[in-house]
Amino acid sequence: MVADTSTQNNKPSIGDYLKNNIREYGLLVALVVIMLFFQFVTNGVLFKPVNITNLVLQNSFIVIMALGMLLIIVAGHIDLSVGSIVAFIGAISAIMLVKWGLPAFVVIPACLVVGGIMGAAQGYWVAYQKIPSFIVTLAGMLVFRGLTYVVLGGRPIGPFPKEFQLLSTGFVPDFLYFLNPAPEMIQNLVALVAVVALVAYAIYAGIRDRRINEQHGTENEPFIFFAIQMAVIAVVALFIGFQLATYRGLPNVLIAMAVLIALYTFITTRSTIGRRIYAMGGNVKATKLSGINTERLTFYTFVNMGVLAALAGMIITARLNSATPKAGQGFELDVIAACFIGGASASGGVGKIIGAVIGAFIMGVMNNGMSIMGIGIDYQQLIKGLVLLAAVFFDVYNKNKG
Amino acid sequence: MDNIILEMRGITKTFPGVKALDNVSFKVREGEIHALVGENGAGKSTLMKVLSGVYPAGTYEGEIHYGGEARRFSTISDSEDLGIIIIHQELALVPLLSIAENIFLGNEIASNGVIHWPQTFARTQELLKKVGLSESPATLITDIGVGKQQLVEIAKALSKKVRLLILDEPTASLNETDSDALLKLLMEFRTQGMTSIIISHKLNEIRKVADQITILRDGGTVETLDCQTEDVGEDRIIKGMVGRAMEDRYPPREPKIGETLLEVKNWNVFHQHHRDRQFLHDVNFTVRAGEVVGIAGLMGAGRTETAMSIFGKSWGHKITGDVTMRGKPVDVSTIPRAIDAGLAYVTEDRKQLGLVLINNIKENTTLSNLKAVAANGVIDDRKEAKVASDYRSKLRIRSHSIYQETVNLSGGNQQKVVLSKWLFTNPEVLILDEPTRGIDIGAKYEIYTIINQLAAEGKGILMISSEMPELLGTCDRIYVMNEGRIVAELSKAEASQESIMRAIMRSGEKH
Repeated sequence: MVADTSTQNNKPSIGDYLKNNIREYGLLVALVVIMLFFQFVTNGVLFKPVNITNLVLQNSFIVIMALGMLLIIVAGHIDLSVGSIVAFIGAISAIMLVKWGLPAFVVIPACLVVGGIMGAAQGYWVAYQKIPSFIVTLAGMLVFRGLTYVVLGGRPIGPFPKEFQLLSTGFVPDFLYFLNPAPEMIQNLVALVAVVALVAYAIYAGIRDRRINEQHGTENEPFIFFAIQMAVIAVVALFIGFQLATYRGLPNVLIAMAVLIALYTFITTRSTIGRRIYAMGGNVKATKLSGINTERLTFYTFVNMGVLAALAGMIITARLNSATPKAGQGFELDVIAACFIGGASASGGVGKIIGAVIGAFIMGVMNNGMSIMGIGIDYQQLIKGLVLLAAVFFDVYNKNKG
Repeated sequence: MDNIILEMRGITKTFPGVKALDNVSFKVREGEIHALVGENGAGKSTLMKVLSGVYPAGTYEGEIHYGGEARRFSTISDSEDLGIIIIHQELALVPLLSIAENIFLGNEIASNGVIHWPQTFARTQELLKKVGLSESPATLITDIGVGKQQLVEIAKALSKKVRLLILDEPTASLNETDSDALLKLLMEFRTQGMTSIIISHKLNEIRKVADQITILRDGGTVETLDCQTEDVGEDRIIKGMVGRAMEDRYPPREPKIGETLLEVKNWNVFHQHHRDRQFLHDVNFTVRAGEVVGIAGLMGAGRTETAMSIFGKSWGHKITGDVTMRGKPVDVSTIPRAIDAGLAYVTEDRKQLGLVLINNIKENTTLSNLKAVAANGVIDDRKEAKVASDYRSKLRIRSHSIYQETVNLSGGNQQKVVLSKWLFTNPEVLILDEPTRGIDIGAKYEIYTIINQLAAEGKGILMISSEMPELLGTCDRIYVMNEGRIVAELSKAEASQESIMRAIMRSGEKH
């Protein structure tokens, strides 16, 4: 193809912009459509306050692991062991809390460290011994699952102390209760205030960024898209915030998840580490030859995954209030599927945190919605599989067309 | 003689936004070698894709007459059935299959899906003999060099009863011996009545073999030169390609040579894979400030390996020897340390080793020196954009913006992005490995100009090149390498194609 030799900045038309970014808008639209669909077919159960709370609690660990998995996939690898790490961390947290009686503030950091070590144990073989991650983490999946059985002796352990359970069942207390204008409707004012503040900040930050971009002559997305996107996000967020406020407020897990999403979005888009991971996934040889320690980077990507899987493991264990040898089985597949639905490329170098998060919620809403409808686990799996295939096909189709 | 085998008339092919071919006409006589030349992007490959049916009939305007009839090819196999075989620049061989398996891939000698191996091997043997390749049909592709792989491709074409053989840059990655062998083979085929079309940038080779030369420029036919009726010189061809006479292919330069920057002493390196084989022997050289130093040699002489082993030990093992910068020993044991020591290595393989193709110009430009546009590990977007924009305008990178993905750039512009990346690390000595490979003449001139500017700024340039005229045109001093040793050091006055070749030959006799 003849390279375009024009040197001026061409302003893309709205149509071009939509075409180039169809993936991201499409994903958001898909999530909204799926939500509305289940809201309709479940006669409004989906968006009931108690169900929204459930949705968050049920999917938080998938979202949290998807953050780490996205980095792994962008780096050009895969991690099949996260489900087993979840189980093993559940098991050792049970031993420490229930059998040894250690306090939660000791056990939680200790488990995160153990998760990091488990990630490191796999990262070492992938990064320094150049064994394909598929094989290393397949081995890890078996080894850690086996260790879980060994540690638990094949029997579940529980229940857990209250303070540990707060990890997944706790809510942010309503310290603004004395300001509540309508106490008979709003149970938790903090939730509403927090969501309103967040939406206001998002709009402010979006407009500010656009203005700075304009000053520096950087491309902006067309205003109409910005406005629609902001409106959709604001309406959904405010609605969910309001619903939560009428129930028990913001789950602790939601806060943890939001903070982590923000942190990893920042890492992937603004930090040197994030940039290097993307470059490495795009072309590991060129990145290495550019003076970047690709081995160390790969190693830490796996350590990070281990830590996040450990956090997820504790949240799940706290939620179930019992550590079982079968915990987390098959989670790796949900997590990986979330990343691919979210637009990550299996060959590395491509993928966004927000995509993986939306991907995780698409899976989560479908799980939840289908369960409410009474669809059996058999058909749920079948439908999820088809959705994954359709999402990736959509990607490939767009790429070929472009 | 004037029996026209192929005539393409008024071919116009449009891609969204670009007219790649505009009313191109192209006529090939039966039994000749017809060269198709033009700068990158002139439309050579597109024209051949139209001919071979990669772009099916209906997606372009114009007519194709082949063997006396109008043809409309809708797939590659349509054209292959009529004996039009195209060998692409990137060879389409499966590395871990044998020569025989590759030759008959998709075309197996089989009955009911069961391959007849004795017959396959016998046929392969015949074909290999025709192309002058003495390898066993069972040898794996990965075990033979690029030159031989090229011959296997030709054998594969012969197995398909080729009448019109099209070679896209067949010698681009071959050394001179292999190139010569290939060209000789084409000339032999010509005596047997086969017609070939050869696309090439190497004008000396074209002069050697072509009967006619068709020049394309900016998607249109400029002219067809007949080498039998007139003497077509390289300058004549270049004039047609660039649309103006290019008197001087190398920009002039007044060397201002200063102190010694890089000095490499007693550099010994063992082979990366064959671990007990010593590959480089006592390599010694210096590069001074403001100096452009060349390394000449045949393919496999150890030039790239020398550069890469010095640059952070990225090639080889059991590396011993001393590297000094401005007389002080420096640590070059890892790539970050080599960069800190003031070295930069611009690779010969920009697609595999130079660029992250799916990333944009901006991201590639800053990759080696992200720290410089970041504070506490956070990238300053605007600073980064400014750096990339500055290099884009300074090196005249042609693109929509700094946000264009590098995969969509032409070879010359890709090379400029790689150069930007290394210039941004502010090196004292730049090692340029085949800096103009696969890029067109106009872009080459720009690269030479950049090299001259860098030398004028007091940087040392070490330039590895397989194109001797390029070394002779740009370097102040040339080292000649052969079989892992430096066998000669020639000043600008001493250096000539003959003296370089003589040095290589003489050293070959000694060992």
